Amino acid sequence: MSVDQATVRRIAHLARIAVTDEEVPHLQDELNAILAFVEQLNEVDVSNVEPMTSVTPMAMKKRQDVVSDGGIADLIVANAPEREGHFFAVPKVVE
Amino acid sequence: MTDLTQLTIAEACDGLTKKTFSAADLTQAYLAAMEKGRKLNAYVLETPEKAVAMAAASDARIARGEAGPLEGIPIGVKDLFCTKDVRTTACSNILANFVPPYESTVTSNLWRDGAVMLGKLNNDEFAMGSSNETSCFPTPINPWRRQGSNAGVGPGGIDGTPLVPGGSSGGSSAAVAAMLCAGATATDTGGSIRQPAALTGTVGIKPTYGRVSRWGIVAFASSLDQAGPIARDVKDAAMLLRTFAGADAKDTTCVDREVPDYAAAVGKSIKGMTIGIPREYRIDGMPEEIQKLWDDGAQILKEAGANIVEISLPHTKYALPAYYIVAPAEASSNLARYDGVRYGLREPGKDIVDLYEKTRAKGFGKEVRRRIMIGTYVLSAGYYDAYYVRAQKLRTLIKQDFEQAYASGVDAILTPATPSAAFGIGEKGSADPVEMYLQDIFTVTVNMAGLPGIAVPAGLDPQGLPLGLQLIGRAFDEETLFSVASVIEKAKGRFPVSDRWWG
Repeated sequence: MSVDQATVRRIAHLARIAVTDEEVPHLQDELNAILAFVEQLNEVDVSNVEPMTSVTPMAMKKRQDVVSDGGIADLIVANAPEREGHFFAVPKVVE
Repeated sequence: MTDLTQLTIAEACDGLTKKTFSAADLTQAYLAAMEKGRKLNAYVLETPEKAVAMAAASDARIARGEAGPLEGIPIGVKDLFCTKDVRTTACSNILANFVPPYESTVTSNLWRDGAVMLGKLNNDEFAMGSSNETSCFPTPINPWRRQGSNAGVGPGGIDGTPLVPGGSSGGSSAAVAAMLCAGATATDTGGSIRQPAALTGTVGIKPTYGRVSRWGIVAFASSLDQAGPIARDVKDAAMLLRTFAGADAKDTTCVDREVPDYAAAVGKSIKGMTIGIPREYRIDGMPEEIQKLWDDGAQILKEAGANIVEISLPHTKYALPAYYIVAPAEASSNLARYDGVRYGLREPGKDIVDLYEKTRAKGFGKEVRRRIMIGTYVLSAGYYDAYYVRAQKLRTLIKQDFEQAYASGVDAILTPATPSAAFGIGEKGSADPVEMYLQDIFTVTVNMAGLPGIAVPAGLDPQGLPLGLQLIGRAFDEETLFSVASVIEKAKGRFPVSDRWWG
């Protein structure tokens, strides 16, 4: 499978990465080189194979469903590029 | 007094215990070496004040008889590990000013055991790369040079072609090889500990998935990422891993399993062990020196009493293409968090979507953007089964290959660590990204199967550059890897950089 320029723009938008018109043909070539490389996986019959879902078989750890941390709002917003008090500030999203 | 930076961790621990020198002396020696070694670009942030204070605390604990297992040992930290109140960037512009209010579990364990932090080490941006050239900081330089190369003699720095220290843990490998730290933290998603170790004549181990906590490490591909040490020799790597490993309630994939005394496995007899040589690793066009290195390694293990058997891992060739679906897919999901809202870089936009798109276009480098886009594509509607599910099925087959080999009685598997020695900055991957990806051809299978792998230096190529061998073990049997690797180390010796051209 290979991607056309419209698909490159669609993927970029899904990934929330702005691309310029000059970048699109390069990205198309690079993505197609990678997609051509992974194409060889189609040689393998995987019809009766289960996909890996757990790298190391182990019982999922559980813990009590209780509040175990908190009261650190200052620390949570400390690295925010823009904030108001204990809120993250973003451009207006609701008219 | 001898140069304290020349001591291994084991030797330094001994000197500190006997009070031949103090932790403060040891740290000062490293801080001086780091200053002289700045042109290697190994560190992206030096923390000398912190180092001096931590060394003083170590001296106080030694005086009280409360020394930890790594008391006073100066360590460099890959800039992918969050360190409380110390800038952590993942070597990405998107995190250029990020100061974590918390400490990763691995570094917490190091400080608990008495280690001293020297600073943060360079890496490929978000650990995506095999040469450390994708870092937003200047590329770290391999302290090894090609024979006859004049790299480093030119005015103001480097002349000729400086070599890459491998990646993604290139700052870690360069700093350990140049003796700018006694040992370093590193991470490995497809080979990022073992390949840089092999390219710098150092020892690196990627533990079994789940052996070491991933908490507080900037995530790349969560089902593949695992932290481990890069060190000067096998024993040092074993000492560091003991501190890194252990259960952690903050990482549900980290196992509750006792941590063995790995250093006790170093130097143990391997008589009667069975070592597998996988025929599928004999790739087309393999350089003669790599084949010879591999044959020599097998001969050493045979002479030490191991049985050498040829084995087959039939799905080996599919590991790298399957990796380039799984890893970008997980990366695209993990890196969705960099949105310019809660932390990191923000580029203003006309609305929230425009803000996201501009922030991520500006903050992420080229390779990271490429991988996020591949990951987004293979996870998108209509392609998920064809790519992602198929790749995860291949992973099952790759893991089964290893399980069958171990079930037949193989204790460890011997392979080359890399397809070549260190290459020059700018020499690979500029036209086709796949050219760089092939660096991980021997290491990536291990991540796909979640197994432990160690790289140990075993020889030099015709240009005088170090080459490494890889040993792959059973899940949670790092001890066998340390025993077998120490046999190779004993036979071949260590590979310190003899020509300290940088200062």
